[in-house]
Amino acid sequence: MSMNKYETVVGLEVHVELHTNSKIFCGCSTSFGAPPNTHTCPVCLGHPGVLPVLNRQAVEYAMKAAMAINCEIADWCKFDRKNYFYPDSPKAYQISQYDQPIGRNGWIDIEVNGVAKRIGITRLHLEEDAGKLTHVEGGYASLVDFNRVGTPLLEIVSEPDIRSPEEAKAYLEKLKAIMQYCDVSDVKMEQGSLRCDANISLRPYGQKEFGTRAELKNMNSFRGVQRGLEYEQMRQADVLESGGAVVQETRRWDESQGKTFSMRGKEEAHDYRYFPDPDLVRVHIDEEWKARVRASIPELPDARQARYIQEYGLSSYDAGVLTASMKLADFFEDSLRYTSDAKASANWIMGELLAYLNANNLEFEDVKITGQGLGEMIQLIEKGTISTKIAKTVFKGMVETGKSPQQIVEEQGLVQISDEGAILAIVDAVIAANPQSVEDFRGGKDKAIGFLVGQIMKETKGKANPGLVNKLLMERLKG
Amino acid sequence: MSITVKDVEHVANLARLDLSAEEKEQFTGQLNAILKYAEKLGELDTSDVEPTSHVLPLANVMREDEARPSWPIEKVLANAPDEEDGQFKVPAVLE
Repeated sequence: MSMNKYETVVGLEVHVELHTNSKIFCGCSTSFGAPPNTHTCPVCLGHPGVLPVLNRQAVEYAMKAAMAINCEIADWCKFDRKNYFYPDSPKAYQISQYDQPIGRNGWIDIEVNGVAKRIGITRLHLEEDAGKLTHVEGGYASLVDFNRVGTPLLEIVSEPDIRSPEEAKAYLEKLKAIMQYCDVSDVKMEQGSLRCDANISLRPYGQKEFGTRAELKNMNSFRGVQRGLEYEQMRQADVLESGGAVVQETRRWDESQGKTFSMRGKEEAHDYRYFPDPDLVRVHIDEEWKARVRASIPELPDARQARYIQEYGLSSYDAGVLTASMKLADFFEDSLRYTSDAKASANWIMGELLAYLNANNLEFEDVKITGQGLGEMIQLIEKGTISTKIAKTVFKGMVETGKSPQQIVEEQGLVQISDEGAILAIVDAVIAANPQSVEDFRGGKDKAIGFLVGQIMKETKGKANPGLVNKLLMERLKG
Repeated sequence: MSITVKDVEHVANLARLDLSAEEKEQFTGQLNAILKYAEKLGELDTSDVEPTSHVLPLANVMREDEARPSWPIEKVLANAPDEEDGQFKVPAVLE
């Protein structure tokens, strides 16, 4: 395997479910988790003679998303029928947009290992989602649930500008953040409201033409996308190195086996026979409508990141992590209404909070801590009520219970001991109990002081004011 | 433009139709006759006519985003070829 000979070329096709109340062409609810087929009607079931009517909100969400990824917005667009037979589609066609998508020629900026890069977006269009198939045990039949049919869906197609699995992941994360900021989707890969397919090919460095590509499906997480592409670039390099040719085909990523598998023995050329849907009239997006939607776009991740660097002096990396999730960024800003120490707040989030989430495999949405709690806890440290060490206990309590820092400090008796007399008594007791360490220190072993401080903190359950402990201990030892 | 038996076979395959040799011949002739009839339109000068995707001079027919009651499950499944657990049951689909 000689990966270094080949350049990887990736284009991503991302589907984003819009979180409208009702479906794109009928009034059925789009809420997740209802009993099978209870959110269906003659329109989304494709009964003869029904008329679809376009959901205005779906168009506005699509416009908003397209603008947020810097697309040109069409003045006129239409819907087309994409014809295919598969039981997930009751009509035997999907209503989609063929040659007049809502958005074209956009881009988003990503950063990998400190290197910034712009990834082009070919198009963004609006379409309807398909139903869900489950396969009966024994494999003799499939069951179809049409609840998801007709959920408004964005398809966002990137240019083949992505050159590594890491860039693919960064692109996907940025796209997710932008959709989340725009509040057009729940963007949860686990629930299928964000889905990603990838085209990947290799070519020798310096070659202009793209190599033969494989289309990768079934990558159900950000990590899955990266791993699937890593596997596939290795597989294709092996094929090329052994003198073979990559076959153009669709391959399925198998997460548990960590491999991709060919999905179809014989690749049938797709012939969707697109044509304009005669049931739907055209959509005209005038300048006034565009301006109104544009005005509803909030500050986006890149702008927010730049502001954090400028206003709060955060590093680019920290600002990037904080703004990758809108909820995390909002939480950070909430805390700043209670403390002016933005760096301290950022450090607690980047360190303690993210470590906790990672260790427990949780998302920020799963924990209870509030921005007010974090801000007030930083105040308690500044006032000397609690030490930084104790604050870690308080912080964990806030994350797990959502209680205020004051309440946790009171309930657990965590107030810092700053009474000189009380600390001095413990210092003396520890000195008396550890003559060897005292001897070592006086003999020039500075390290011995650490042990003595540790003993004092242990005696006070970590509550002694560390500055005071150091000061009093030194006085006693040198005195 | 004229339709060949090969075109008919391709379209039949896309439509999941199994045609006999006679039917293929028959449809080839019929489709050619239809296309020939439509070719009459080519006699018109359309150089000043904007292409359109719809015959109605309408745009922006839309509804507000309000959820309404769906159909009762009995009615939904009334036309199902087969059902199980409230779902449409179809021959196994393997990918």
